[in-house]
Amino acid sequence: MGPDGAARTPPARPPALDAELRLSRGGFSLDVALEAAQGEILALLGPNGAGKSSVLRALAGLAPLTGGHVRVDGRDETTTPVERRPIGMVFQDYLLFEHMSALDNVAFGPRCQGATRAAARERAAGLLAHMGLSDHAGARPRNLSGGQAQRVALARALAVRPRLLLLDEPMAALDASTRIDVRGRLRRLLEEFDGATVLVTHDPLDAMVLADRIAVVEDGRVVQQGPPAEVARRPRTPYVARLVGLNLFRGRAEGTTVLLGPRGDADGARVEVGGAHRGEVLVAFPPRAVALYPRHPHGSPRNVWRLTVDGVERFGDQVRVHLAGQLSLAADVSPAALAELGLEQGSEVWAGVKAAEVECYPG
Amino acid sequence: MRESAPRRAPRTLCALTAAALAATACGAQGGGDGSPAGSGDGELHVFAAASLTDVFTALAEEFEGDRPGAEVVLNFAGSSELAAQINSGAPADVFAAADTATMRQVVEGEGLDAGWASGSGGAAAVFATNTLRIAVPPDNPGGVEDFADLAGDGVSVALCAEEVPCGAATATAMEAAGVAVTPDTYERDVRAVLTKVELGEVDAGLVYATDVASAGDRVTGIDFPEADEAVNEYPIGVLAGTADAGLASDWVELVLSGTGERVLAEAGFGTP
Amino acid sequence: MTAGGPGADRDTRRGRDRPPRVRSGRPPWILVLPALAGAAFLVLPFAGLLIRAPWSTMGERVTEPEVLAALWLSLSTATAATLVSLLLGVPLAWLLARTDFPGRRVLRAVVTVPLVIPPVVGGVALLLVLGRNGLLGRYLDTWFGITIPFTPAAVVLAQVFVAMPFLVISVEGALRGADRRYEEAAATLGASRATVFTRVTLPMVLPGIGAGAVLCWARALGEFGATITFAGNFPGTTQTMPLAVYMAMQRDPEAAIVLSLVLLLVSLAVLATLRERWVNT
Repeated sequence: MGPDGAARTPPARPPALDAELRLSRGGFSLDVALEAAQGEILALLGPNGAGKSSVLRALAGLAPLTGGHVRVDGRDETTTPVERRPIGMVFQDYLLFEHMSALDNVAFGPRCQGATRAAARERAAGLLAHMGLSDHAGARPRNLSGGQAQRVALARALAVRPRLLLLDEPMAALDASTRIDVRGRLRRLLEEFDGATVLVTHDPLDAMVLADRIAVVEDGRVVQQGPPAEVARRPRTPYVARLVGLNLFRGRAEGTTVLLGPRGDADGARVEVGGAHRGEVLVAFPPRAVALYPRHPHGSPRNVWRLTVDGVERFGDQVRVHLAGQLSLAADVSPAALAELGLEQGSEVWAGVKAAEVECYPG
Repeated sequence: MRESAPRRAPRTLCALTAAALAATACGAQGGGDGSPAGSGDGELHVFAAASLTDVFTALAEEFEGDRPGAEVVLNFAGSSELAAQINSGAPADVFAAADTATMRQVVEGEGLDAGWASGSGGAAAVFATNTLRIAVPPDNPGGVEDFADLAGDGVSVALCAEEVPCGAATATAMEAAGVAVTPDTYERDVRAVLTKVELGEVDAGLVYATDVASAGDRVTGIDFPEADEAVNEYPIGVLAGTADAGLASDWVELVLSGTGERVLAEAGFGTP
Repeated sequence: MTAGGPGADRDTRRGRDRPPRVRSGRPPWILVLPALAGAAFLVLPFAGLLIRAPWSTMGERVTEPEVLAALWLSLSTATAATLVSLLLGVPLAWLLARTDFPGRRVLRAVVTVPLVIPPVVGGVALLLVLGRNGLLGRYLDTWFGITIPFTPAAVVLAQVFVAMPFLVISVEGALRGADRRYEEAAATLGASRATVFTRVTLPMVLPGIGAGAVLCWARALGEFGATITFAGNFPGTTQTMPLAVYMAMQRDPEAAIVLSLVLLLVSLAVLATLRERWVNT
C-alpha cells in the first residue's frame, strides 16, 4: 500500500503525523497535540513520569485513548488495532525475541504481514546488510552488542514499511562509551526514513543530535516545542533550562530592563538585557557568562548582584558555583579562579553578567 | 531415653513385624514416651472393616454415652488394608475384620504368642455374619434375576477384587454356582461396588446384605441360594498392643451384647 | 553457558596455598538442618522400599505379563493425559493469565479444585458427569453408544482431571512472569493475537510448560483414587500400576513393593531423561 499511496498523493501532502492524544489513568492525565512532517524527526523530551512513553504507546495503539485522534499520512488510525497500524516501534531495551536469530527477528514483521518466508528473509537480510549487520544475521540477540541490538531493532521496525516510526528511549540501554558512535549512526539511519519519526528521550543531548524538532513534555502536557537550537537557547521552563544548562528567570520587561519576580527566588531583582522588550518575558544566560568578583566591579557589566555561595561542584574542567540571594543562579569558573576568590559555602561574592549575554524572549 | 514398661507394647509390635514401612511409623511414635494407642486417657482406637461403618458409629455413641471421658476413634477401611496398617504398627486397640482370614494375618503378623486378649480367651470372637446379595439399580436395566444372569452378554457387572474379603466370598459363590462371571471392574472394596450400582454405571454388583440395607431404595437386593456357601464371619479382638485393655474389652463386650446384636441386625447383619 | 562462573570459583578453591580468599561463610544451620530433615523424610520411605524388596525373585516378578501390561497402560495413559492436558491446559492458562472477563477469579479457583478434593471424590464427580447415567454420559450412551467408564479412555480422563491443574498453574505462573512487552512488540510488527501466542508467548514460557508437563505426567502416573473410581479396575484395560500396587498390597505386600519400585524407577528414568532435554536451564 506504500508505493500506491505515494503515487496517488496529491501535491499538498497532509502532515505525516497529526495527533491529539488525551488519556487519563489514575491521577495522571495526558493531553498532547503533535504534528510532524514527512521525514521529520520529532523528539519528545521530558522527565521520567512526564508521559512521554504514554504518548508513544497511544500513537502505537498500545494504550487506549479517552479522546483525540491519530492521523498518519492523513488517514485516521485512531481506532485501528495495534497490529494493523502503519507503525514501526523500537522499544526501550529493544525487546528482540531471544528465541530467534537477528534475521528472524527482522523477518518477523513481514511474515506477519503475509510475506512468504523467502521474501521476508530476503527483506530482512537486505535491511541488516544496510545497517552493516550482515555478519550478525544468524546471531542470537543476547550475543549482540548494545549498538548492534539497537540497529536490529530498528531494522525490525522498518521491515514492516511503517509510515510512522516510534522509538522509546533508543539510547538508554547503551553504555556511555559507545553512545557517541551509536547516536551518530542512528541519526544517519533515521534521516533515510521518509515517514515521520517520533522518539522519546530524557537526555537533552540525544534530543539535540537526533531530532529536527523537540517537544518538551512535562506532566502530561507539551510545554515547549521548537528546533533544538531554539529550545537550547530559549528554554521556557526551569526543567528545560536545567537540561540545557541555562539560568532562567521570568519577569516583566520595560525597555531594556527586566524586573524579575514576583514569583520564585528572584524577587525584586533587575536584569538589564541587550534589546528592548515589553511585558512578560523570560531571560536566560549560560553559567559561563557569569563572572565572579571579590568586590563590586567597576564599569563593565551592566548586571551585578551581591550573592552568597550556596554550593560548589565540579563540572567538566570548570567549577560550577551555585549562588543564592536576590536571585539564584549558577556560575561556571575555572578552578584557578575559584582558588583565587577563596570561595566556600557561605562566602559573599559579586556576580556580573553582560547585558549582551542575556537572552530575552516573550514569556 | 528411658523406657517405661507399660507403654512399650506398640514398640514390641513394631519390632516383631519389622516391616520396612513400620520403621517410619515407629520412628514417629518413638519420638516421645507419649501416647500411642489410647493411653488410658479414655481414647479407644477401633479399626473396623468398612462395612461396619454405620453399626460401629452408632455403637460408639452408645459407648461414649455410658462412659464419660471415653472417646472412640473409629478407623474404617478395607479389612486387608487395616491389617496391613496394624502389622505396620498403627496404633489400634481393637480390630474388627470382615473375614477370619484377614484377622489371621494380624494374628500372624503379631506373633501367635501375643495372642488375643479379647474377653476371656486368646482368640478373636465372631460377632456377626454377612451374606452376599446381588445389587441392581432400582430399574434393573440388565434384567438380572439370578446369579447366572450375571454372566450374560451385555450385562455389566462390578465385583470386589479377589484380594479383598468380599472378593474371596464372591469367588466362593461363583464356584458354588458353577458360573464364571467376568466383570467390567474389580473394585477395591464392597462400598465401591455399591457406588457403581447406585450410580447405574453397572447393571449389577455383588455386595453384602448389609450394603443393600444401607443403600435404602437406591438399589434393589436379589437373594441367591449360592450365597449360603459364602457366609462371611466377622471376628473382633483386642490387640496385644493396646494401652487400655479394659476399655478395649468393654468395647468388644458391647459389640457382642444384645445391644450390639440389635444394631447389627438393623444393618442387615446376621448373628452367629 | 554459565560454566565460566562456577568453574573459576572451583579453581580458586583448589589453590589452597594461595592468599586467603574471602570466606563466603558456612551455610547457616537454620537452613541446613530443616533441609536435611526434609530430604531424609522424602528419601527414607523410598529406602524402606528398597530394603524390603525381594531382590532374589525380582527378575521374574517384574517380567510377569500382568506387571508389564499395567506398566504399559500406566505409561501410555499418563502420556496421553499429559498431551490432553497440554492441548486444553495451556490455552486455559493463557485465558486466566492474559484476559480479563467476569468470573475469571472464580474460574481460577475452580481450576484448582481437583488439587484440593480427594481424588476418589473427583472420580465420583466424573461418574456423575460422564458415567453411563451422568449428565453428559447418558447422551453419549444413547446417541453414540459410547460408555466411558471401564475403558482406558476413562483412565486418561481421570488422570487429566487430577493432573491438569498442575500444568495450568505452572503455565499460568510462567505467563504472568513473562515480560508482556515482547507481546506488544510483536503486535506492533503486525502479529495477530494468535500469532503473538504461538510465535512469541509460547517460546517464552516453554520452560514453564515443560516443568508443568513433567509435573502433570508424574501426577497422572501416580493417579489412583479417581482412576479406580471412574475407570474401575480391570487388568489390561484399566488397571494401571498404582491400582496394581494397591491390589497386590491386599494379597502380597512384597509384590506391591516390587511393583512400586518398578513404577518409581521407570518414572525416575523418564523424568531424568526429560530433565536433561527440557528443563536444562
